[in-house]
Amino acid sequence: MAWDYIVQGFSEALGLITEPYVIEIALRSIKVSGVATIMAVVWSLPLSMLIGLKNFRGKWLVKTFVNGLMGVPTVIWGLILYLLLVPRGPLGALGLLYTEMGISLGQALLITPIIISIVVNSLEAIESEIRELALTLGADEIRASFQVVVESIGGIILAVIAGFNRAIAELGIALMIGGNIYVKGGHYNTRVLTTAIQMYTVRAEISIAIALGIILMGIVLGVNLLSNLIRKWLT
Amino acid sequence: MKKWMLIFVVFLLSSIAIGCIGGPEGENTTTKSPRVLTISTTTSLYDTGILEEVVAPAFKEKYGIELRFIPKGTGGAIMDAKNGASDAILVHALPKEQAFMEEGYGVNRKVFAYNFFVIVGPKDDPAGIKGLGVTDALKKLVEYGKTHPDQIVWVSRDDGSGTNTKEIALWKVAGFNFEELKNEKWFGTTGSGMGNTLLYTSEKKAYTLSDIGTYLKYQKEGKIDLDVLVDKGEQLINVYAIIIINPKKIEGKDFDDAMLLTKWLTSEEGQKAISEYGKEEFGRPLFYPAVPVLEKKEGDVFRWMLKYGFMKDGENYTECPIKFQYNPIYNFFEFPATMVEG
Repeated sequence: MAWDYIVQGFSEALGLITEPYVIEIALRSIKVSGVATIMAVVWSLPLSMLIGLKNFRGKWLVKTFVNGLMGVPTVIWGLILYLLLVPRGPLGALGLLYTEMGISLGQALLITPIIISIVVNSLEAIESEIRELALTLGADEIRASFQVVVESIGGIILAVIAGFNRAIAELGIALMIGGNIYVKGGHYNTRVLTTAIQMYTVRAEISIAIALGIILMGIVLGVNLLSNLIRKWLT
Repeated sequence: MKKWMLIFVVFLLSSIAIGCIGGPEGENTTTKSPRVLTISTTTSLYDTGILEEVVAPAFKEKYGIELRFIPKGTGGAIMDAKNGASDAILVHALPKEQAFMEEGYGVNRKVFAYNFFVIVGPKDDPAGIKGLGVTDALKKLVEYGKTHPDQIVWVSRDDGSGTNTKEIALWKVAGFNFEELKNEKWFGTTGSGMGNTLLYTSEKKAYTLSDIGTYLKYQKEGKIDLDVLVDKGEQLINVYAIIIINPKKIEGKDFDDAMLLTKWLTSEEGQKAISEYGKEEFGRPLFYPAVPVLEKKEGDVFRWMLKYGFMKDGENYTECPIKFQYNPIYNFFEFPATMVEG
């Protein structure tokens, strides 16, 4: 008895997965979190190389700080960004509140510490093996560093995938900065998978919430599978 | 091997880049972005779907302006507006609206719709409240509860929501203290949302206060077995208004287009759209248009709307006191106080 409505929800959900509306939301999720991942990679890679390949005072402190940032809850990012991005706030002039780009920026910040942390770890692991070898073989400092980065490519890919998965699965930022806006055929929509699932569950429209949930799980598991394949391939 | 790896990575990254930036993003920049109005709205209005499904498409077709709705509680909607995030707000809490306007943020308020909270209960209505006024119904429920202490008779959300706030006020009018009622054995509380509360109420064959939208949705999906027993009465009225952001207080807001929306909402076309929403799906409208009632100038609903949805301006009841009017392109309803009180 109690399972009836769940079973019914699932069977209806399967029919909803191919709805254009559902696909539109799924594509927006991929796009928003994809842009976030690219932005995060662009600034995380140089930072990671700085932290991973250079020796400097307080390096341990920097790494602890980055690791600590990983624990910041998404609602806190959402709150901070709301305060900064609201039109009256210090960054209000950018007009990013309630836009896709606003969500992307927030998610990029969210996953930056994750990416940096993974990349730095893999750079450090590779460095001790490769660097000496490259130097003895006659490479200069820059070439040796470059070689370390090339050898760490597996770790970098894993970092990118972990970052993307975290971004697409988060709710706090997408809800508080995106606002879950949706108008049919609209140019300014910000509804993504997580915010839509939340909304439809509250509205008791369980079937569509399940359909969206299946897609989100599909994306996350698919990307995870890809990550495992790459890991296997590299070793 | 390593070379293949590199090629793969470059391919992966570039395909993500093309997929993300080159695709939809590029479209956005090539096609001209339409004009947009940002409207902060109360959730009870938004959750029914009327704004996305009816108001936004019709308004866009007529004026080519897209509407962007930010659903928040009345308090959140007002905060967004004060922070400059919205061009207008849709709300239903008169004292908060008044404060918002007094602080200089809002102008040109118009009342555009109303509906009622409902008291729902089991079909056979053991307490016999069907058709009674709110106060009598609540008194009867207490009576029934005291004689049936072994069962749950009334379920309260007890979560500080708008509906809960309304419930507490209703108990007070009927002469009961909510905090004391909570100690009664027959008085159940859920501390959670409307949906959960309705499910619990249905299971216990008890009574509760609900907003009409959530009730109809759950009833239609067969999740609950409850009837509307009390749905008319002045305290149950719920008046929705739109307030435009004062362009003198917050710069850069689209004052003119917000007025167009207000004008459309209260036009014959807008009012018709409001009155028809939900009729087909739920067998009854979720909202009633306010303008026809105000034009008729008579009847109970007219007086209740003035009492619970209008502001006192000197000797008159008005949608928008004169000091909050700013170059309006429409007229405001205004009636002498004697029509309500005398």
